[in-house]
Amino acid sequence: MRTIALVKRICIQMIRDKRTLALMMIAPLVILTLLHYLLSDETTSPRLGVSGVEEGLIEQLKEKEIVVIQYEQLKNTNQIIMDDSLDGMLQMEGEKVALTLTNDQPSSSKVLQTKIMQAISIESAKEQANNVSKFVQDIQYKLPNVPVNLNKAKTPEINTSYIYGSNDTTFFDQLSPILVGFFVFFFVFLISGIGLLRERTTGTLDRLMATPIQRRDIVFGYLVGYGLFAIIQTLFVVFYAVKVLDIMLVGSLWNVILINFSLALVALLLGILLSAFANSEFQMMQFIPIAIVPQVFFAGILPIEGMPEWMQIIAKFMPMYYGGNALVDVMYKGLGIDSIKYDLLVLVGFAFVFIVLNIFALKKYRKI
Amino acid sequence: MTSTIVLDQISKSFGKKTVLNNISITVNSGQIFGLIGPSGSGKTTLVKIIVGMDQPSNGQVQVLNTKVPNLNLLQEIGYMAQADALYNDLTGQENLAFFAKLYKLNKHVQNERIAYAADLVNLTPHLTKKVQNYSGGMKRRLSLAVALIHDPQILILDEPTVGIDPELRKSIWAEITRLKNDGKTILITTHVMDEAEKCDQLAMVRDGEIISSGSPLDLKNHYEINSLEEVFLKAGGEKDENNRIS
Ligand SMILES: Nc1ncnc2c1ncn2[C@@H]1O[C@H](COP(=O)(O)OP(=O)(O)O)[C@@H](O)[C@H]1O
Ligand SMILES: [Mg+2]
Repeated sequence: MRTIALVKRICIQMIRDKRTLALMMIAPLVILTLLHYLLSDETTSPRLGVSGVEEGLIEQLKEKEIVVIQYEQLKNTNQIIMDDSLDGMLQMEGEKVALTLTNDQPSSSKVLQTKIMQAISIESAKEQANNVSKFVQDIQYKLPNVPVNLNKAKTPEINTSYIYGSNDTTFFDQLSPILVGFFVFFFVFLISGIGLLRERTTGTLDRLMATPIQRRDIVFGYLVGYGLFAIIQTLFVVFYAVKVLDIMLVGSLWNVILINFSLALVALLLGILLSAFANSEFQMMQFIPIAIVPQVFFAGILPIEGMPEWMQIIAKFMPMYYGGNALVDVMYKGLGIDSIKYDLLVLVGFAFVFIVLNIFALKKYRKI
Repeated sequence: MTSTIVLDQISKSFGKKTVLNNISITVNSGQIFGLIGPSGSGKTTLVKIIVGMDQPSNGQVQVLNTKVPNLNLLQEIGYMAQADALYNDLTGQENLAFFAKLYKLNKHVQNERIAYAADLVNLTPHLTKKVQNYSGGMKRRLSLAVALIHDPQILILDEPTVGIDPELRKSIWAEITRLKNDGKTILITTHVMDEAEKCDQLAMVRDGEIISSGSPLDLKNHYEINSLEEVFLKAGGEKDENNRIS
C-alpha cells in the first residue's frame, strides 16, 4: 500500500511536469527521425574526371552510377579536381593508369575506388574475351579442317545474395534496432535518476525515512512509478520506429517490445542507483559519458569480435551489449525468442542485482 | 507519567568532529521538553538520532521502551524537520494525503485527520494550491500538519515556529499544550527564549553538550536571574570557565 502511494505520487508529478514528459516521449522520436534521414539517405553520385579512357570503360563507369566528365589534356590535375569539384580523376596512357582521389571523405572515396577497380577489371576481362575469340577465329582460318568449338567467353558476373537484409539495406537498417534500444535506455535512465535525485536534494527522501516506509517499498515504488512511463515510452518509440519510420523489422514486434521493456527496467534501476552518488542534476549528467555513452560502443554498432580480449570482457558487463544483440537478432535477422532468451535472462539478472544494490544504497539514509 | 524518550550517553562525531558529547536526557509523557541552543549546537543532529534517521557513534536511544531505530516505532512518532521537506509540485492536500497513506490511515480517518491538521495550521483555504506557491510560513505550517497527520504519541518538532507570525504561533502553542494534556510527549527545539518559557522541561545545549537542564523556573532560581536568556549566557559562561580551569 505504501508502494502504491508512492507510485500514485510519482504519476501525478510526472503528468504535471510537461517538459520532462515531452523529453521522455517526444525527444527519442525526433532524434530517431533525424538519424533515419541522415543515415538512409542515398549518397549523391560521385563525380569522376577521366582522360585517355576508352569508351567501353566509360560505359562501365556510368553503369556504376558515377558521373563521368571527360577531359582532353590535363596540365594540373589537382587544380582541375578542385575547380570542377570532382571526387577523383582517372588518367590512362596505354598500360599506365593513374587515379587521383580527393579523399575529403575517406569512406566515400573507398567506395569510388572500389567501383573504378571493378569497372576496369570487367573491361579488361571483356577485352581478354575478345582477344581469345579473335585468336580462335585466327586459328580456324589457318586450320580450316579442324573444328574448334569454343564457347564464347563471357564477362564474369557475380550473383550476390544476402542472408540478412538485401541490397537495399542501408546502414540505418542495421543500426536502428540498436538506436531504438539505446534511446529507450538513455531517457529512462536520465528521468528516473533525476526523479530520485530531486527527492534526495529537496530532503523529502530524508523525510520519508522518518515514516515507517521500508527501503524496498521506496525502490519498488520508483520501479513501478517510473516503470509505467518507461512502458509507455517504449511503446511510443517502437511503434514510431516500425510503423512511421518503417524501420526494418523482420522478426516479431512483441519480442522487440519485450527486449525494450527489459532494457528500460535496467536503465531505470541503474538511474536511481547512480543518483545515490550524485549531489545535483549536473553531477547526474556527469554519469552520462561514464556510464551511458560507452554502452553504445558495446551494443553491436562496432563488431565486438574485432575488439581486444579485455574489451570483450568489459562488453559482457554492459546491459546494452545484450539488448543490442537481441534487438539486431529480432529486427534485422528475424530470429525468434529462442535466440534472444539468453540475452533477456541476463537483462533480468542485471535488474535483479540493481534492485538489491538500490535497497542497500538507501541504507545511507536509514540503517533499517 | 512514564518516560517515553530516554537518551543514554549519546555521542556523535562526523569524521573527527564531535557534534554531540555524552548526552543523557529523559522525557516523560504529558510533557513539553525544550532543547534550546544556538544554531550549530547539535540540536538537529540529536533529534535525528532520536527518530532513527541517524545513528549515534556511542550510546543508546529508547523511545516507548523500544530501542531506536525501529520501523514500527516510526508509526508513533510525528517528525517535523527543520528544513521543509515537501513536494512542491503537489498541492497541500496531496502532500498530506501522501503522508497519511504512508502511515496506512484508512480513507475515512485520512480525510478526518487532513481536515483537522489543515485547520490547526490555518491552511484549509490553501489546500488546493500547489506548495510551490506557498510562502515560507505556509510551508512551515504544512510541515507541522504533516507531522500531526497520524495522531502520533510522540511529537518531535525541529524549530517549528520559525517564520510563523506571532498570532499563529500562539495558536500553535495552544494546540501543542492541548496535545500535551492528552498525554502526548513533545520534544521541541528552538533558539527563541520566549518559547522556552512555555516548556515544562528544558535542556540548554551548547557545542554538543548540555550545559544546564531543569524546568524554566528551576533554572532561573538556580542562577538567580529572571530571564532564561541570561541563564543561557551565564550557564555558557560557567562552562567556558570550567573549560579554562580544566
Ligand atoms: N552530516 C553532517 N556532516 C558533517 N557535519 C555535520 C553534519 N550534520 C551536522 N553537522 C555539524 O554538526 C553541528 C551541529 O549541527 P546541527 O545539529 O544542525 O545544529 P543545530 O540544529 O543546533 O543548529 C554543526 O557544526 C554542523 O556543521
Ligand atoms: Mg537545527
